[in-house]
Amino acid sequence: MPYPVEQNEKFAAYAHPERLVSTEWLAAAIDSGALNDGKLVVVESDEDVLLYEIGHIPGAVKIDWHTDLNDEVTRDYVDGAAFAVLAAAKGISRDSTVVIYGDKSNWWAAYALWVFELFGHEDVRLLDGGRDKWTAEGRALTTDKPAITPGVYPVVERNDAPIRAFKEDVLAHFGKPLIDVRSTEEYTGQRTHMPAYPEEGALRGGHIPTAASIPWARAAAEDGTYRTRPELEALYLGEAGLKEDDDVVAYCRIGERSSHTWFALKYLLGFDSVRNYDGSWTEWGNAVRVPIVKGAERGTVPAAR
Amino acid sequence: MRKLEEMNTSALPTALAEIVDDFQAVTEPERLQLLLEFSRELPELPDRLKDHPELMEQVVECQSPLYLTIETEQSDGGTADAVRLFFKAPPEAPTTRGFAGVLHEGLDGLSPAEILSVPDDMPELLGLTRAITPLRMRGMTAMLGRIKRKVAALPQQP
Repeated sequence: MPYPVEQNEKFAAYAHPERLVSTEWLAAAIDSGALNDGKLVVVESDEDVLLYEIGHIPGAVKIDWHTDLNDEVTRDYVDGAAFAVLAAAKGISRDSTVVIYGDKSNWWAAYALWVFELFGHEDVRLLDGGRDKWTAEGRALTTDKPAITPGVYPVVERNDAPIRAFKEDVLAHFGKPLIDVRSTEEYTGQRTHMPAYPEEGALRGGHIPTAASIPWARAAAEDGTYRTRPELEALYLGEAGLKEDDDVVAYCRIGERSSHTWFALKYLLGFDSVRNYDGSWTEWGNAVRVPIVKGAERGTVPAAR
Repeated sequence: MRKLEEMNTSALPTALAEIVDDFQAVTEPERLQLLLEFSRELPELPDRLKDHPELMEQVVECQSPLYLTIETEQSDGGTADAVRLFFKAPPEAPTTRGFAGVLHEGLDGLSPAEILSVPDDMPELLGLTRAITPLRMRGMTAMLGRIKRKVAALPQQP
C-alpha cells in the first residue's frame, strides 16, 4: 500500500507528481510517525561518504552510491541478490515507499533512485531540493543512528533495458535525440573532465554526435528544487528540440548528473522512453573507433561503417 | 603483511606514523569514524587568512572546495625551521576536511626536510581506499602533493 501522494500546485503540473515530495511534506510525514512501521523509508545518498554522519534527517538511512550500489569488479550495478540484502538491511521492503535525498542538488539521490528503478521498485520518490534545501530551512538533523527493523525484500532480477543504455545502444540510437548534460567546456571538448574532477578524465574531449547540450543544473532552481514544468518545457522541448513521444538518451561523465536529467524527462515531462547512458563520457570518450564531435555544433549522424 | 606496514610507518614523521597506526589498528567502519573526528578537529583559519582568500590555493583534485597554504617560522640563523599548514574546507565536505585534518595533525610544525620525506602514497596507508573509494582517495594524495610542492619551492636559505 503506497504512502499517500503529495498534492500541491507545482507538482500537479508535472506528468508524474507522485515522484516528488517537498521538504514540508516529508517533515510532516516524519512528525506523524510515518517512519515507524517501514511503510515510508527515507534514504540519504551523497557524494561525500561522511556527510550523512555529520547529521541527517531523523530516521533516514544511508546508501552510498559507490560502496553499496556498484559491483566493484564488473563495473556494473549490484545484482538482485545483493540489492535484496542491501534493501532489507536498510529497513526497505518491496512495498515500502522510499524517499531519497542527497547533496549537490540530488545528483546522487537521483542516481540511487534510478538504480532502485532498475530493480523495478515501485514507489520511489525524490525530496525536491534535497539535503541543501532541508538544511537551509533549518529543519531537524540528527546524528542518532536510526533503529532499523529489517525489511523483507525478494531477489528481483535487474531489468536494465527500459531505462539504461549501453554504448552499443547509443550507436544504434543515432538519428534519435541525445542530451548531453555536462558543462559547456566538456561538451565542446575544451575540457576532458568536469571542473575539479580531473581524475575522471577521458582521452578525447567533445560530445556524442548530434547530442544537444543542456547542462544538468539548468533543470534546477537556485534552491536545488526542480524548475517548474513550463520552465523545463522551454529547456527540453524548446532549446533541445525534443518532441512528444521521442525516444531519448541522456549522458554525462559517469551517469550521475544525467540521472538528474533522466528524472526530469521521465517523470516531470512524461517522456515514456528515456534511458540513462551510465558509461557516459568516461566510456565513450575513451572508446576505440567511436565517433565524436568537437566544438559547439551538435554535428551530424555519422555515416554507417 | 604486517611487517610491510611497519616498514612504511617507520619511515614517516612520528606524529604522522602514530595517526597511520591508529587507522590501521581499527576496523573499516571505525576508520571512517576516525576520519570524521579529524574533520571536526581541523583548526579554524587565523583572521589574516580568513579575510584574504587570495592568499590560499585551491586543490582542484578534491571533490569539494579545499584551499591550503603554508607559512614558515624561522630560527635565529634565518633558515626555515618549521612549516605551518593552513586548510580551508566547508563543513558540508567532511571527507575532504578529514583528510586535511590528518595532514594538519601529522605534518604541521615539521621542518621542510621532514615534510619532503613523506612518501607520496602515504594516504594509501590509512586503509581507507575500499571504504572511501580510490576516486575520493586521490583528493588526499593531491593535497599532500601540493603541500610538498609548496615546501620544495621555499626560498633556499644560506
